[in-house]
Amino acid sequence: MLRISCPWCGEREEIEFSYGGQAHVAYPKDPHAVSDDDWAQYLFMRDNPKGLFLERWVHAHGCRRWFNMARHTVTHEISAVYKPGEPPPAGGK
Amino acid sequence: MQRFSLLSLLKNSLSGHTDWKPFWRDAAPKQKYDAIIIGGGGHGLATAYYLAKNHGITNVAVLEKGWIGGGNTGRNTTIIRSNYLWNESGALYEHALKLWEGLNDDLNINLMFSQRGVINLAHNQADVRESIRRVEANRLNGIDGEWLTPGQVKEFCPIIDISRTARHPVLGATLQRRAGTARHDTVAWGYARAADSLGVDIIQKCEVTGILRENGRVTGVRTTRGTIMADKVGVVAAGHTSVVAAMADIRLPLQSHPLQALVSEPIKPIHPCVVMSNAVHVYLSQSDKGELVIGAGIDTFNSYSQRGSFHVIEHQMAALIELFPIFSRVRMLRTWGGIVDVCPDASPIVSKTPVKGLFLNCGWGTGGFKATPGSGWVFAHTIATGEPHPLNAAFSLDRFTSGALIDEHGAAAVAH
Repeated sequence: MLRISCPWCGEREEIEFSYGGQAHVAYPKDPHAVSDDDWAQYLFMRDNPKGLFLERWVHAHGCRRWFNMARHTVTHEISAVYKPGEPPPAGGK
Repeated sequence: MQRFSLLSLLKNSLSGHTDWKPFWRDAAPKQKYDAIIIGGGGHGLATAYYLAKNHGITNVAVLEKGWIGGGNTGRNTTIIRSNYLWNESGALYEHALKLWEGLNDDLNINLMFSQRGVINLAHNQADVRESIRRVEANRLNGIDGEWLTPGQVKEFCPIIDISRTARHPVLGATLQRRAGTARHDTVAWGYARAADSLGVDIIQKCEVTGILRENGRVTGVRTTRGTIMADKVGVVAAGHTSVVAAMADIRLPLQSHPLQALVSEPIKPIHPCVVMSNAVHVYLSQSDKGELVIGAGIDTFNSYSQRGSFHVIEHQMAALIELFPIFSRVRMLRTWGGIVDVCPDASPIVSKTPVKGLFLNCGWGTGGFKATPGSGWVFAHTIATGEPHPLNAAFSLDRFTSGALIDEHGAAAVAH
């Protein structure tokens, strides 16, 4: 089980959290001007790297707030936890 | 190929079983092939076999970065069934099940294919309605299916707890009698042996590191054992498909997750069928050796680590003991994980790509084993002719743009 440091509550066990997938996938600025291909990119296509991954988590059984995390998908090492709106650490994908 | 028969068994027993030949040659890569299959799992090997057998394309290499039978083909819970909801999935999985029914003879090997019946439990009214709907949909598609009352469930699987006070009350179940299990790694070995006998090169310890392209066409692959040229390349890399596709600048709707399974110590025959429960993440069968073979759910986060979290197993075992109190003191022997590539609609992608000559067979998620023969059959057709077989036309990569998704989360039976 991962030990995740919620930026508001501190370190907790993974079962208190829910996973939100890839971080920094922005909603299209003008949804009416988006082509089918771009919708598919926004809705379904995701990075799936073997290595460092920037992802969203929510502290579902705690403060219920969202945050972002940089985690390695092989070692599971968590290298950064940061709040929404804050820039990702360098080297993330 | 050295064929198995009663006569060959007797003959070899006289010489102390020292004259059996290896199942396949340890091939070294040639410079050029007509087709390359990336990934030597069951699906990749079946693809190579049907390329040779159905389409006469025998100058084929299967590139495996590890060893045959070391990936998901040797890590699953061996369940085979075809009771999927939608017409497209029903047709594809039923085609696979029909091939399973003749596969021992076709591959001349004992796959220990056992049509012992699979039941899917319903624990609440929503499950009941959904399950009956699925049985009816299956029957309309010519796939066998039955609805069982709790009493009939108890008759079919006597060790299950159907009392009304149970934590997960059994309100009924679907039954597919033709469904069952097979010996998983023999499936890989059997396809490898049969493909090799038709001239396919099976190349192990050969990891693909790049996909070569020219003017939007694939021309070959770079590997840890040198560059290999081919005009047609099929990617069948399961959990690592996104990594391979990225080498050709293709972005996919896949996410890779660990999926765990475990086995108990061997016990006497007690469990006559396969029991699955969508709602509480239990799927259970008993191997011929006597081990209970138990599947758990996926870890929610992306991972390539081939190991899952303990709390996933703990959660799953708690539900298992509620359903089967008789197993409360059985000890578990081993757990392991495999990396599965999950699609947003829990259906596979067997498709052409924007790169000419490059084909994808992926997204089977938590349930690829059952589809092995059918998957290889339609993917071989797609690679050989350049166009999808009618059975996999709907499973194209385009469906994520057109919106024609095939939502099989209900029938996939493992929580995603």
